[in-house]
Amino acid sequence: MPIEPTIKSRPIYGTLSPQKGTEHLLIADAEGAQAILDLAKSAPEGFFAAAEIVYIPRASGEGHVAALKALKPARFYDGPSIAAALPRLRQTFATAHMGLRVYLAGTEGLIGQAMLAATEAGIDYSSIQTEHRGSLARRVQCVHCKGVTEDVTTQPVTCAHCGLTLFVRDHYSRRLAAFQGVCINAEDRSEQVPVEEVFP
Amino acid sequence: MSAGTTKLDVTVADVVPVNDLVTRFHFRPTAGGLLPTFSGGAHVVVEMREAGRPPRLNPYSLMSSPLDTSEYTISVRRDDVGRGGSLFMHRNVRPGDRMVVSYPVNLFSLDLRAKKHLMIAGGIGITPFVAQTAQLAAEGGNFELHYACRTASLFTYGDLLQERYGKRIHLYHDDRGEKIMLDRLLTSQPLGTHLYVCGPAPMINWVVGRAAELGWPSENVHFEHFSAPQPGLPFDATLAVSGKTIHVGEQQSLLEAIEAAGVDPPYLCRGGVCGQCETNVISYDGKFLHNDHWLSEEEHRSGCKIMPCVSRFEGKSLVLER
Amino acid sequence: MGIQFRKETFRDDFSFKNSPEHVRRFPFPFHEDSYMYAVNIEPHKPGPKGSVLEFPFDVDEHYVSEMEDRALVLAEDPLRCQSLPHMTLAGWDLLELLMVSMAESYPEHFTLTRDGDTWHWINRPLGIDDTFVFGDTSTLPYGPMEYITRQSQGDYCILDQRDGNLWMDAGIVTTQADWSLDFDIGMNFFEWHAPVPLAHEKGIFTRALKFLLNVQQGQPARRLNWTMTINPRLDTSPENYHKWGPDRTTVTPENVGDKVHLRVELQTFWRLPRSNALVFPIRCYLIKMDELATSPKWAKRLHRVIRDLPEELATYKGLTRYRPTLVEWLSKYDDGGVTSPGFGPD
Repeated sequence: MPIEPTIKSRPIYGTLSPQKGTEHLLIADAEGAQAILDLAKSAPEGFFAAAEIVYIPRASGEGHVAALKALKPARFYDGPSIAAALPRLRQTFATAHMGLRVYLAGTEGLIGQAMLAATEAGIDYSSIQTEHRGSLARRVQCVHCKGVTEDVTTQPVTCAHCGLTLFVRDHYSRRLAAFQGVCINAEDRSEQVPVEEVFP
Repeated sequence: MSAGTTKLDVTVADVVPVNDLVTRFHFRPTAGGLLPTFSGGAHVVVEMREAGRPPRLNPYSLMSSPLDTSEYTISVRRDDVGRGGSLFMHRNVRPGDRMVVSYPVNLFSLDLRAKKHLMIAGGIGITPFVAQTAQLAAEGGNFELHYACRTASLFTYGDLLQERYGKRIHLYHDDRGEKIMLDRLLTSQPLGTHLYVCGPAPMINWVVGRAAELGWPSENVHFEHFSAPQPGLPFDATLAVSGKTIHVGEQQSLLEAIEAAGVDPPYLCRGGVCGQCETNVISYDGKFLHNDHWLSEEEHRSGCKIMPCVSRFEGKSLVLER
Repeated sequence: MGIQFRKETFRDDFSFKNSPEHVRRFPFPFHEDSYMYAVNIEPHKPGPKGSVLEFPFDVDEHYVSEMEDRALVLAEDPLRCQSLPHMTLAGWDLLELLMVSMAESYPEHFTLTRDGDTWHWINRPLGIDDTFVFGDTSTLPYGPMEYITRQSQGDYCILDQRDGNLWMDAGIVTTQADWSLDFDIGMNFFEWHAPVPLAHEKGIFTRALKFLLNVQQGQPARRLNWTMTINPRLDTSPENYHKWGPDRTTVTPENVGDKVHLRVELQTFWRLPRSNALVFPIRCYLIKMDELATSPKWAKRLHRVIRDLPEELATYKGLTRYRPTLVEWLSKYDDGGVTSPGFGPD
């Protein structure tokens, strides 16, 4: 399902395409692998010889590992979760030079968290290539207790930290890599709001 | 809602010849006290008034330290084929003269998020960097400057900068065949480096082009593309809104001629980059000589807009929405 | 002489009120009987003596109590004051702007003595007397932005200017109309305004940004914005929405005059000299309906504005629940007659 533009803070994703650069770092989870495989079709000679692929298969992506390896990147990492991959990513950024290009594909949670690591290392977010693939599940920050609830698929959602019932807004913070959750029945807590699955 | 420029009354405190081509001017506030604080990369517009001709207004980068606002200093390179602004400064301006300059405006500011600032200067393009390095050095900022010039005798402030910042300053003499090893420089910078270029147009184009080719995002590349207005053939224009016809002299810019007719479009840079004086063209019969870096190529081709601070016209008729 | 500072609260027993002189100087935001977004930005020039525009930064009778309320908010939630690492220089710019201006405008309350980089600052209403080195953060108890804005009414956002946009990269926000600095910090001009309805489509933000990018040093600009708040609560943050939100259900025909407040923001825009950043102070003024109705013109006009406000705006401003009760109350003051032009109370 494509992501529709709503409000100006809601990120819009594009289609990965090879950029001019001296090194390339491609990070993907689950169905995001397919975006890298599609990019490979138009990649110039030698592109993957100067590339590293960081891949988090999650539940649905094991079948893509062999295809990604077949692109013969200079380095390939297959990790169990985004959290597990972040220390490695931060180290890569800390030692990298200008000319490194970054490509992110998959869920919004992966794109957001990897982009945050990249921007903290001094890469401007607008120079990063992104492509959304797979689940629409969101990372949601509770504006009240500041806790982040991962993989939110419903509207509203119960905050995993403080238990308030949160309306998930389209308002998005790159610095938190999360959408904003605001108490939906703050004015009258007795109001009951039906829960629907809206971010499959 | 037009941005304007507030003026400062200053007195020339000193005029210092730096080398064959460059002279430095020191301005102090005529009323005493301190001048407004500014940031490295800022310029002022200097008004040059000469009896018997309309005033010329040229932008010059401030090169004094932003930490010391008891005076502003600028360096002016003599341009023997220009409109005479730099010649006027060299020949006519003396210590004790009273002049008018604009408030500082910064269209070439540092990106303070940078992990490192890499600066590349050519010739008189060094001046904004003199102020920026002073600002960065005071804050413990990480910078490196590569500066190319034709000959040692024209190396304006090269010695001074090396004395201040040692190994962070790299000088390249064209006449000794020294060249900036640009590709090696651009590929060896840590992530988060910002690149700043100021100098002649071919140098800017070379550096900006190589940076793009080597994968530098445009957000990390900054350049000062200021161009002083160039002289040209005289032409006439009609100002439709105010109902005036003006004559633009050989040594005059279109903006100056509009101002001389008592019409005051907003401006900040007078160098074709800030966009303030953008003017709609109602009709024309002739060709435009666009010299700005503000309008897109498409807008240049359309014949619908002109930047009167630096661009000119040759032809039969020109009607502007002013 | 000087200002007589009131001792009052903006929470719990809500003892805040305006003296009659302060009611008269209230910055009423409607110059006509209806309201729609516009790029209502104008030069921030000094206004009439005694008005909130007399000085560049207005200090009024609520100063000491507002600063106490700010300290309470910050103690509960330090995330209300944040500055990204590259914004420290802009913080010093702001400190200079505020200290110089406050000392010039109110010499009986504030004194600044500068000896090179060694600055001596006296704030008599708050009992502060500090000597510090300008530019040296270790000589102040807080960062420069936090230090001076704990002594200055209103919220402050510092916007970095780059790539043709403004970026909200620092701020102190404790008297806000329901937006979160902690969430919005780092966003650009369009992003942090994203939740505002209607204005994007009208091109308001594109034009406003173009103007703000060109605000020059020494030429500040200003605009007014408004909303409504139940009880004189300064801290209507989204963080605490679940705590103050229920207030909106407590409005009755009997308590409108005391509970419902018009909340006006005087927003100004200043170029900062060293950092080339833009500072955007948002100064909040509150007035309860009983106070506002002492001006028949204001009550009449507010009735018409609230009654005719487009539904999207009413929802965005959180009025939906109590709008009918408020309109009914205000209608008592509206005889249907003509109102005079301009903002003044008559």
